[in-house]
Amino acid sequence: MSVVFEKTHALTDAHFHYCPGCTHGIIHRLVGECIEELGVLGDTIGVAPVGCSVLAYNYFDCDMSEASHGRAPAVATGIKRVLPDKTVFTYQGDGDLASIGTAEIVHVAHRGEKITTIFVNNAIYGMTGGQMAPTTLIGQKATTSPYGRSAEHCGMPLRVAEMLATIDGAAFVERVSVHDPRHVKKAKKAIMNAFKCQLEGHGFGIVEVLSSCPTGWGKTPEEALEWLVENMIPYYPLGNLRDPWKEKSDEH
Amino acid sequence: MSKVLMKGNEAVGAAAIKAGCRFFFGYPITPQNELPEYMSRELPKVNGTFLQAESEVAAINMVYGAAGAGARVMTSSSSPGIALKQEGISYIAGAELPCVIVNMMRGGPGLGGIQPTQADYFQATRGGGNGDYRTFTFAPASIQEAVDLLIEAFDIADQYRIPALVLGDGMIGQMMEPVEFNEPKQRPLPKKDWITTGTGGKRKPNIVNSLYLDPDELEEHNMRLDKKHKEIEANEIRYELYNMESPEIVLVAYGTTSRIVKNAIAILKEEGIEAGLIRPITLWPYPYGVFRELPKSVKALLTVEMSLGQMLDDVKIANEGRLPVHFYGRAGGVIPVPKEIVTKVKAIMGGEQP
Repeated sequence: MSVVFEKTHALTDAHFHYCPGCTHGIIHRLVGECIEELGVLGDTIGVAPVGCSVLAYNYFDCDMSEASHGRAPAVATGIKRVLPDKTVFTYQGDGDLASIGTAEIVHVAHRGEKITTIFVNNAIYGMTGGQMAPTTLIGQKATTSPYGRSAEHCGMPLRVAEMLATIDGAAFVERVSVHDPRHVKKAKKAIMNAFKCQLEGHGFGIVEVLSSCPTGWGKTPEEALEWLVENMIPYYPLGNLRDPWKEKSDEH
Repeated sequence: MSKVLMKGNEAVGAAAIKAGCRFFFGYPITPQNELPEYMSRELPKVNGTFLQAESEVAAINMVYGAAGAGARVMTSSSSPGIALKQEGISYIAGAELPCVIVNMMRGGPGLGGIQPTQADYFQATRGGGNGDYRTFTFAPASIQEAVDLLIEAFDIADQYRIPALVLGDGMIGQMMEPVEFNEPKQRPLPKKDWITTGTGGKRKPNIVNSLYLDPDELEEHNMRLDKKHKEIEANEIRYELYNMESPEIVLVAYGTTSRIVKNAIAILKEEGIEAGLIRPITLWPYPYGVFRELPKSVKALLTVEMSLGQMLDDVKIANEGRLPVHFYGRAGGVIPVPKEIVTKVKAIMGGEQP
């Protein structure tokens, strides 16, 4: 029997702890495939966050560091400054990156730190039990927004990709989704480009990935993907906001 | 090597570079700014990296990343800034990473002031962060000692994989003294085979982490840290004894305060009162043992601090109820003068109760 398809070698054989229908598994695999296909697995150091993907260090088959809540970009900065020739990435959720760690992500972009960030936005705090995130949509119910999020009470949902795209040091910024195979392919291309942006020394690269949380949203996996398409994509439009190659060619 | 006249903060920076520190992440705060300024000037000359972080919180996490990647790395701050770093220090202790942290203490709580105090003793020795951990703590009393201890702090951090704190104060940071940079004594240091530098496809991945979700595993980790702490307590306690042949009273003081106490002891001697000094050089581990071997002549202990009695707790623990323990302290950045200490000693000799 010949092998026609294999799981990426950039992931270990450990079983994911993620809930059924959660798309972290797909995103892990895309990140792993990109690292493997770029041939940098042995030269990669990943930084895991606090939140649902806190155990990411058990799943990626490369050197990993676990950071405290929100500080992954600072930890990655320390690693990259010591090892400028290695590939360094952070994998962070929206509670981690868009709330407690906003200063760190803004400044890692501001410095043009040559690292890659995979930002998983599921509009809720998953690990801690479904509380409101800065990315929770208006009217969306969470355990700490039981009447639905109101803009007057706690502001509009934070658009991280757009915010970071205003910063000069952010060389690559793209928002993608993984709700169907076509979009999964697009997401992989964006993640690949974010890593290439680092390998070519352009500066900071981030891919915001819209992700589902059936458990936190109280929906079946299928309903959750539908909800993502109907509610998240209109507020968080997909597309590339910064691309070092495009900008370079635009100049000419 | 000849002596040079240097400001404390700059001398500490020079010592760090001498010790092989090539990475410094920090954030400005008075009264330690000359240290990051020195590093920003001097580190690039030795192919090192100085980076001014966006906050103390980011700075200590950059230290965490750099230490995990195998670098000799340092950060420095002053009291409110060190308070912000406590989260990171707890993670560094939990992940068993070596690094050096300098605190040039100023008055608190909160923003407090910018004059020297010793009010971060609890924070340094009891741990300002969460969990069962310790930070190794040196307390230099002169710029020469700050330089010597800082160089050694890097080795201790590497040997035990523990954050090592050098606890000075605004006085140590701001004053100038002649200083000599001696060749550091070499300790045999363990190989850093745990660092995250990329597997190169040649070994299993290394993970730098402080998370143990299984309570049995976390307890085992806590026990391992505890064993390491006991090893440090057995091997690394440092103190100075001064005028301890047959004193009637023993004063206990560290850092800047110990120098003022020495002047008070000289005045007391002229007036016919023999007073000795125990000067802890390591605040954790604390030299408890030395209090069990005091001469029979000692009638009382007097703790002198630039705080309202933080080391006093350790002196009481060390004394184990044998002698009366008195206290004299100034706070808020007020530096005690020898005359005040002499007056206090005379009052104790005259029968004042603690």
